[in-house]
Amino acid sequence: MIETPDSNISRRVLVVEKLCKQYRDRLAVDNISFDVRPHEIVGLLGPNGAGKTTTINMILGVLKPTAGSIQIENFDVARQRRRALASTNFAAVYAPLPGNLTVAQNLHYFGLIYDVRGLRERIEVLLEQFDLRRFRDTKCGLLSSGEQTRVTLAKAVLNQPQLLLLDEPTASLDPATAQDVRGMIRRIASEGSGGILWTSHNMYEVQEVCHRVLFLHRGKILLQGDPKTLPEEHGVATLDELFIRLAREPLRQPAEHA
Amino acid sequence: MSPRRISGIVLRQLYLMRGSPTRVLPTFAWIAIDIVLWGFITRWLNQVSHAGMDFVPSLLGAVLLWDFFTRVMQGVTTAFFEDLWSRNFLNVFATPLSISEYVSGLVIISVMTSSIGLLIMLVLASSIFGLSFLAYGLLLLPFLLVLFLFGIALGIVASGIVLRFGPASEWLVWPLPALLSPFAGVFYPLSTLPMWMQWVGHLLPPSYVFTGMRAIVAGQAVAWSDLAIGIALAIFEVALSGWFFSRVYHHAVNSGLLARYSAESVS
Repeated sequence: MIETPDSNISRRVLVVEKLCKQYRDRLAVDNISFDVRPHEIVGLLGPNGAGKTTTINMILGVLKPTAGSIQIENFDVARQRRRALASTNFAAVYAPLPGNLTVAQNLHYFGLIYDVRGLRERIEVLLEQFDLRRFRDTKCGLLSSGEQTRVTLAKAVLNQPQLLLLDEPTASLDPATAQDVRGMIRRIASEGSGGILWTSHNMYEVQEVCHRVLFLHRGKILLQGDPKTLPEEHGVATLDELFIRLAREPLRQPAEHA
Repeated sequence: MSPRRISGIVLRQLYLMRGSPTRVLPTFAWIAIDIVLWGFITRWLNQVSHAGMDFVPSLLGAVLLWDFFTRVMQGVTTAFFEDLWSRNFLNVFATPLSISEYVSGLVIISVMTSSIGLLIMLVLASSIFGLSFLAYGLLLLPFLLVLFLFGIALGIVASGIVLRFGPASEWLVWPLPALLSPFAGVFYPLSTLPMWMQWVGHLLPPSYVFTGMRAIVAGQAVAWSDLAIGIALAIFEVALSGWFFSRVYHHAVNSGLLARYSAESVS
């Protein structure tokens, strides 16, 4: 059972407004706006090249937007980068933690960079929470994909972020491990005080986990809504079908759904 | 700047060294080989030379000081490369860590590793080949300071080059000290060089150190004004290197280079 976010709550952990990223010959992100509220898991969906990772990189401050603004906990990422990123963290399949450090060493290293208070105690809690105690002194490069994902997630919640960005966190995991990871992420959203922005190509898991989804195509948000009701609203049986239709025939979608 | 964040960067490198002897070995192995090799060369030169000149303080001393500079530079670049090799840039730069904190961490690591290297070189050179650094007197301190500062500056510039041009440009970085050594007059006075090389040499702070060192060995007075120019130049070049790295970083953020270092593709 997913705990739904309080729709009346005025606080927004992430506010993206009129965000654009123009590369020399390509508009990667085209004037998108959205927000994420506390306890909310928002799915950012779209085919390869839609602009998902570009958007996440801009939110993380490692890619400068061409236009628009990003606010995390009311701190502007462009002008108040340090304060904005202090309450943010992320896990991405393409950003593994250094494989030549042990689990405990990685958590200690990143804990210092995020200036986590009571770090030793926090690491013990996370080792327990993510079932990593027996891997404490194992180098991350020697762990299985599932174990590495758990370590990356432990690092991602080290600083108890108000905004957690997850870029395909369950890619390359077997179904059982992926289910465990989804359970962990749901708990983070329901028990913590922040929100989560999640990208995935697995529509089943998106439907299971996300409270709201945004469909991105060629840098634009084509439509957004509840992943459980969206397929029916658009005359298809499943979210998978809706995804495929939007990816192949985006221009046939009525603009009012965007 | 947050000392805690800087300590995170330092601690990461200490963890790597603790867990890997292959990382510890280069801090002293190559420079020890250099000292032994040049120690025997100077010993042989002393035997065959009819001038009665002692080559130990001039040649072996120069090798030692140049190796110290190289160690300082590589201390910065190797620490930076650790993040490159482990594709860790996204994890590091998507945190509240500032560029100055990151670079400070690299510099502290370099101070630690180059100090170990210097100590080992001093022990080897003095115990086996009788090189006495007392001969340089207190001037050894400004000599080391200039070489240290220039090593830091070059290390930061080299890291910036790799950040700007990608991992393949790493091969440009390793031979940088060897590329500069002919201009710095490590083994000969700058006046030996053609004029254009002399001008380049005057822009390199180590050239003032080696000029001063040769003056001491020859029993002449050291031109303090020249040494002061060397120190000022080194400080200026450290500041310039920081500016350069910051520019490269902002370009990488603007163009998407930084994101591409980790993501397989930028969508």
